[in-house]
Amino acid sequence: MIELTDRPIDTQQLRESLKDSRAGGYAAFEGWVRNENGGREVRRLEYEVYEPLSLKEGRKIIAEAQANWPLIGVRLVHRSGLLELGDCAVWVGVAARHRDEAFKACRYLIDELKLRLPIWKKEHYVDGDCGWVNCERCARLNPGRGRHRAD
Amino acid sequence: MGEAYGVVTENRMQSMTKTITVRYFALFRERAGMGEERLKTAATTARGVFEATRDRHRCPEPLGHCKVAINDEMADWDSPVADGDVVLLFPPVAGG
Repeated sequence: MIELTDRPIDTQQLRESLKDSRAGGYAAFEGWVRNENGGREVRRLEYEVYEPLSLKEGRKIIAEAQANWPLIGVRLVHRSGLLELGDCAVWVGVAARHRDEAFKACRYLIDELKLRLPIWKKEHYVDGDCGWVNCERCARLNPGRGRHRAD
Repeated sequence: MGEAYGVVTENRMQSMTKTITVRYFALFRERAGMGEERLKTAATTARGVFEATRDRHRCPEPLGHCKVAINDEMADWDSPVADGDVVLLFPPVAGG
């Protein structure tokens, strides 16, 4: 299941929702808002999410993980809107019979999500500047905008 | 004869021109100063639409770093575009 939300992610509730007596392993990944990127101090982040295709693509990624590993439960949540330092921006959780498939599927899900979902991240810097992450070449055309490296 | 030829040419041109909706996101939307626009174009592929609107979104990123969708389905840059299509232009994504 994939969810997109503009509200804080309740990681405890998500973990509980994956509990299953058949599962012997559970792996989760949380992506947090960091205070620095590429040597620049970050104050907050803003996520723009194109929901129709993020949902569609997210469901495909989950189906791929389920085809690759025998999973018992999968959940994926991504935030939209303004986030403060330390906020959870993305959450991926997997329950499986054994740890090996739980770890591998969790890694696959977060990696594919970052590559494929139509989601954009704008960094707001302490110095008042801001810029879209991963648009390094675009930024060069527009001096004053932030330059970023992929994370 | 000359007139008739002119009419045929004009009709042919009209049949080649299509009206599509282009939607811009994130950096592209900010650059274009709009979320979407109607575009009359002779472009036959998603790549052609990207190039036709390049002045608006001013993106020097290689196409491989950007993505495109047509009518809410992820597409390739060689995907054909038809009259009435909605073409979504995505700058490099950065979820997570």
